[in-house]
Amino acid sequence: MVANRRAEWTLALPLGLFFVAFFVGPLAQLTIESALSDGQLSASHYVRFLGDRFYLSILWSTLWLGAKATLLCLLFAYPLAWLMTYASPRVRSIILFVVVLPILTSVVVRTFAWIVILGSQGVFNKALLALGLIERPLRLLFTETGVVIVLAQVMMPLMVLPISAALSRIDPNLHDASATLGAGEWRSFWKITLPLSMPGIIAGCILVYAGATTAFVTQTLIGSAQLLYMPLAIYQQALGANNWGFAAAMSLVFMAAVLIIVYFLNLAGRLSRGNIYAD
Amino acid sequence: MPTRSVTLDKLSFRLVMFVLAAASVVLLMLPTVILLLTSFTSTATLKFPPEGFSLRWYAALLEARQIQDAAWNSVVVAFWTTVISVLLGLAAALAVGRSNAQWAKLTDAFFMSPLLLPALAFGFGALIFFNRLGIAQTMAPIVLGHVVVCVPFVIRNTVAALSQLNPALIEASLSLGASEFYTLRRVTLPGIARGVAAGAFIAFMSSFDNFPVSLFLADVRTQMLPIHLWELIDNQLDVRTAAAAGLIVIGTLILMMLAERFASITRYLR
Repeated sequence: MVANRRAEWTLALPLGLFFVAFFVGPLAQLTIESALSDGQLSASHYVRFLGDRFYLSILWSTLWLGAKATLLCLLFAYPLAWLMTYASPRVRSIILFVVVLPILTSVVVRTFAWIVILGSQGVFNKALLALGLIERPLRLLFTETGVVIVLAQVMMPLMVLPISAALSRIDPNLHDASATLGAGEWRSFWKITLPLSMPGIIAGCILVYAGATTAFVTQTLIGSAQLLYMPLAIYQQALGANNWGFAAAMSLVFMAAVLIIVYFLNLAGRLSRGNIYAD
Repeated sequence: MPTRSVTLDKLSFRLVMFVLAAASVVLLMLPTVILLLTSFTSTATLKFPPEGFSLRWYAALLEARQIQDAAWNSVVVAFWTTVISVLLGLAAALAVGRSNAQWAKLTDAFFMSPLLLPALAFGFGALIFFNRLGIAQTMAPIVLGHVVVCVPFVIRNTVAALSQLNPALIEASLSLGASEFYTLRRVTLPGIARGVAAGAFIAFMSSFDNFPVSLFLADVRTQMLPIHLWELIDNQLDVRTAAAAGLIVIGTLILMMLAERFASITRYLR
């Protein structure tokens, strides 16, 4: 048994060493770079970033962009997850295919498709014009509204799958009991289904939020350079201006900000889980 | 006692759910369908619906050396990334997946952490790291960087497959006198082969599509397809990019159907 345990441990060693060298190494290098100025240890890059209203406003608009995209995504993903969970096996497998295919397709390709759709000559505007909903083409490409719509769509699979997993774990008897006791569909949904699927919602929101705030491709192609968000700002400082120290400080502050929000979402998820059983 | 208000309640709930779900299905499908149709346009603009259909932009890809080179680089990098990820990830999964010890949980979380951290920061860190080490910009750093962000997929799927493997099979093999290695080769590995294959497939696809790591590690000589397409789309809306994107969609679709058939891939993506 002792020999067995040693063997188990050894098998994880190669990847462990690989990660220390090529995962921890680069992150450590990033941290060191951010704390050096002209070869001296200094906080100047951080001070510059945190003292500059321009950069703080970029950070804020990126974090806010992620929130808007996550909420829009949730609005559409939840019903889809609901349908996927309660549909017949045949319909379920079709929906699953539709949801999974985008995960495997390049995000550049998926974003590119939206340029064709959102342009003023695009399908979206033509459809709205034909329906008489608008009088002249909406400007969606290169606007934040456009970026939010595309992010919500591109990230949707990441929201649908955890919610569906949470929904399928709910005991169907609860819904029947609720109906027998006189609650309508809406009441059962708000009081039973939605609270019980909260862990899935939170898990989905975390994935989508982290993905949407750091979505370089979608932000740059749909938003273009006029709408500057943190990922492009970091890229410009790193490779455009060759200002590695400042770009490193920017990426660490940005990463910390996203992780703090993810942490609070996680906390909310745990609290909501507690509530269900306390009630 | 289905009163009128009860049915109305039920009806309105179903209607809202179905309409939103149907909208989501359309929303998920539409871009890909429109892109595919547009890529067969006969004109030089990306208009939808196209005024005429032709294969001219796909034919133009035959002449597009830079796109071809980038695509080949991406395939080579994805291949080596997958090989290294499977070797390292399978071994690590065998270690952490069969143990309930505290170290195993911590190590598993460590190996999964690249999925949580923004890959853009890692990519930039890797650029500085390899630059300071003095490693010239070749394929090697790109592969190493891709392995870090792709190996979690191999581990996750292998661990999932291990947890479904009946431990009695392994005990039976060992108690019947088979050696550890023989048991691994003849019982454990065949039992988890589908999970490993699913992980390898997802690792290959996510390396081929990787953007944030390649963005910082690739340069002119080691151009990767996603980065090259992004530049083409960002600079001028070249219709050849639509054809290249169309090929990626068709290729993904075919690979996914094959993977579904041989490794029930959708089960592992859930």
